[in-house]
Parts: sequence; C-alpha cells; structure tokens
Amino acid sequence: MEPAAGGRPVAGGDNVALLHGVHYSVDTKAVFTGLDIEIRRGQVTAIMGPSGTGKTTLLRLITGHIAPDAGDVIVDSQNVPRLKRRELYALRRRMGMLFQNGALFTDFDVFENVAFPLREHARLPERLVRGLVLTKLHAVGLRGAARMMPQQLSGGMARRVALARAIVMDPDILIYDEPFAGLDPISMGVVMRLIRSLNDALGISSIVVTHDVREISQIADVSYILSEGGVVASGTPKELHDHPSPIVHQFMDGLADGPVPFHYPAPDYHEQLLGAGEGAR
Amino acid sequence: MNLLRELLASLQDFLARAGAMTRFFGRLLLLSPAGVVRPRLIVEQVYNAGALSLVIIMTSGLFVGMVMGLQGHDLLQRIGSEDSLGTGAALTLLKELGPVVTALLFAGRAGTALASEIGLMRATDQLSAMEIMAVDPMRRVILPRFLGGVISMPLLTGIFVMVSIFGVQLIGVQFFGIDQGQFWSQMRSAVELEDVREGLIKGLVFGVACSLIAVFEGYNAESTAEGVGRATTRTVVISSVATLVLDYIVTAILL
Repeated sequence: MEPAAGGRPVAGGDNVALLHGVHYSVDTKAVFTGLDIEIRRGQVTAIMGPSGTGKTTLLRLITGHIAPDAGDVIVDSQNVPRLKRRELYALRRRMGMLFQNGALFTDFDVFENVAFPLREHARLPERLVRGLVLTKLHAVGLRGAARMMPQQLSGGMARRVALARAIVMDPDILIYDEPFAGLDPISMGVVMRLIRSLNDALGISSIVVTHDVREISQIADVSYILSEGGVVASGTPKELHDHPSPIVHQFMDGLADGPVPFHYPAPDYHEQLLGAGEGAR
Repeated sequence: MNLLRELLASLQDFLARAGAMTRFFGRLLLLSPAGVVRPRLIVEQVYNAGALSLVIIMTSGLFVGMVMGLQGHDLLQRIGSEDSLGTGAALTLLKELGPVVTALLFAGRAGTALASEIGLMRATDQLSAMEIMAVDPMRRVILPRFLGGVISMPLLTGIFVMVSIFGVQLIGVQFFGIDQGQFWSQMRSAVELEDVREGLIKGLVFGVACSLIAVFEGYNAESTAEGVGRATTRTVVISSVATLVLDYIVTAILL
C-alpha cells in the first residue's frame, strides 16, 4: 500500500485495486462497515464468504456500478466513485468480467459475441478481427464452436466463451463472479486451469468471487473471507485453513452450523408448531 | 383515511414514474444524433418492429376495412348516400382509425417484443456485460430500438390505411356493386393532403409514445421472470391508454 499526498492509500505499483474504509448499505441493512481490501497486481485474488456477505456487491463497487456511502474504491490509481461517465468507461476498457451466467448476447453466435468489444471500440479490418477472435477462442478451447449460438452451448462452454470475450481486449484486470457455479467437475477443472493460465500468460490481475473453497485454494495466491461487514481473514489458502477464527473454520470446512447459524432467526419452534404466539404461520 | 393515503401513494408513484420516463426520453433525445452514425442498427430494428409486424397489420387492416364496408354501406344506404362510402371510409381511416388501431396493434406486437427482449437482456446480465465492456446500453441497445419503432409506426399506419381502403372497396364495390368510378373519384376529391398529414403526424406521435413506453418498461424491468412479465403487461396497458389520450390531444390541436 502506497501513501498518497492526502495521507490516503492509493492503488498503484504493486496494487491494482484498493478498497479502503468502505461503507455501503442497502436500505437500512449495512453490507460493509469499513471494508479494507488490497488486490495485488499479477495475482489471483479470491473473495470468499458466506452468502449475503456482499461479495458481488464488492465487484459492483470495483466496476463502478454502485458507489460506496463512504470510503475509497481505487482502481489503477483512480477513485472509481468520483469518475465521470467517460472516465469510468475508459477504465472499464481495461477490465474484463465473467458473469455467473456468462451473459452472452443471445442474438449473436459465439464468434460475434467475442468480436463484440472489438467491433464497438476498434475499427479493425475484418481479417484482424477474425484472427483475434479465433486466437481467444483457441485459448479457451472453443475455436471449433465459433458458429454455434449461445443456446446450443453447455454451461461450461458458455462460461469459456464469456471468458474469451472478457480477454479479447487484453484487459489489465479480470473479474470472475462465481465462475464455478453450476459446472460439472470436468468443466470446473477446465475453468479453474484457465483462470490461472490466463492470469500468468497474459500478465493480468484476477479477482475471483467464489464459494468453491477447494477449487479456488488450488489457484489463488491470496484469499479474503468476508463476513459481518468486512474482512474476517485473509492470506494464502494454507494460512486460511490454519486460521483460528471459528467463522473461517466453519467456511473453509463447509460446516452446516457455527457462527453462521443453520437456522434463520425464527420464533420458538414448539410455540410455532402449537400455533401459539406471533408468527404462528 | 386509508383510501386517501393509498390514493396519494399511487399518485406519488405515478408522478415518480412519469418523471423517470421524462428523464429517460430526454436522454434518448440527446443521444439521437449518435444513432445516425450507425444507421445499420436502426435499419435492423425497423425490420424487427416494422417488417415483422406487417402480417398482423395487413390482416387486421383488411378486416377492419371490410367491416367498415359492411357497416358503412348499411348506414349510408339508409340516407341514400352509399356512393360516399369511399370518402367516409378514407377520411375515418386516415384521420382516426388508421393511426389508432395501428398503434394498438404495434403496442401488442412490437411493443411487447421490445419490452420483453430488453427486460430479458437485463435479467440475464447482458446489459451489465455491455456496461463492463464500456459500451453504453442506452446508445447500443435502447436508442436503435426506439428510433426503429418511431420510424416504423408512420409507415405501418400508411400500409394499414391502404389495405383497409382496399377492404372497403372489396365490400363496397365488389360485393354491394357501388360504382367503381364513383367510389374512387369521390374519395380523390374529398380527401386532402391535410388529412394524410394528420394521419402521419398521429402515427409519428403514437410511434414515439409506444416505442418510448416499451423501451422504458423493458429497461427498468425487475431482473426476474415475473418482472419481465409485468413490464410486458405494463407496456400494452400504458401504450393503449396513452394512444387514446394522445389521440384526443393531437386531434384537438390539429382540428
């Protein structure tokens, strides 16, 4: 972390993104109460945590879809909430994002999906567009599916096409929102290896939001576990496995009960069954 | 007291939504010059909203015309003026029925298609994906669809009116035996360019209203199957009511 002129930390040098003292609420529910996270350049950073702890919200803060109530969200030395639309779009050109469902354009075939950012941002000769698209599709192993429609793809294939589209503009930062969700073990392994190999081969920085502890532990350089409005633990996968915190232990070992209770808060079981008291239904 | 509170809340919701739609419309107007840069996108949407609506517009137009032929002939026969069938039908269709029925059909076919398509794009993160790629969905998705609808409506209105007049002629001349020459010559002498202009202006106004409502509802749909369904329903209901209200306003201004 490097100190800025105003005494606040900035993302730059070794950091590609930095969230400092971030507060964010939805209606009256506080999602973050002083979140601090540092995303190191060139690394695969995993963001984990129980459901509802704000992992996807964190990604939306980084991409500038939402602004924090307080605190700094700095990406590539720029304070995202303060950027004007044009500046934000210029920053986003250096980002790629893989959505949980792929978010492929259903009207376009695989080739046109991957070519979309190139056609929108660069006036390139068709021959060059074709070459770039086929290169990226080859990198994810789907050059042969170039003329298939998104509806014809399996979940894993759709995720890989979305990945090819995310890297076609050679981004500095690649963001993954639940990349393993709903995939079979083979597809999961393929996507897992792709995240690591693309990160190293293209020299990018990857941020991966996931629940899949075992998979991400194999490829992440550093992981953060979010809970209770902030980071409860961070470190290498091994450090997290050895972490003394009960909530980290519960999450890493996938225990049903613990600091995060199995039962959602409810009235007394017996009273409710007998139809007495409030909330009898 | 509760009723009053609910009415006030409804009014507040309505005003908030109307305000949001006005802002949305303002943004589309500001972006409109950018649409000229990529005419291919607009042409695609003229095809989607216009060309793909042709079958329903022409079929409906033919039957509306034929019903007008039957009813008009019955009415005019009572006062011995059945030769005026062509004139009466043409004026009614050009000034009133053509634009209104076309707008209602447009809202039902193209409007719902637009709202559900955009709503589904929202629900499946396609619009968010565009934003992440630094592509403004308003410019890339919404504007071409809006302009495509605005361009299509007056064209569809013209086609509806022509097919309807053919339907009237079919019944009046071919079925009831009204003199063909009388039918067309009376129509030519009575219908003025002003009447055609009124129909096209209405078509344009309804086109702006129906397209705006469709893209607004789709863009602001909740990201669920129910949300997309609600947006589609709202598109039809609001477009239909807006068409009838605007019809009164435009008629009052133009008369």
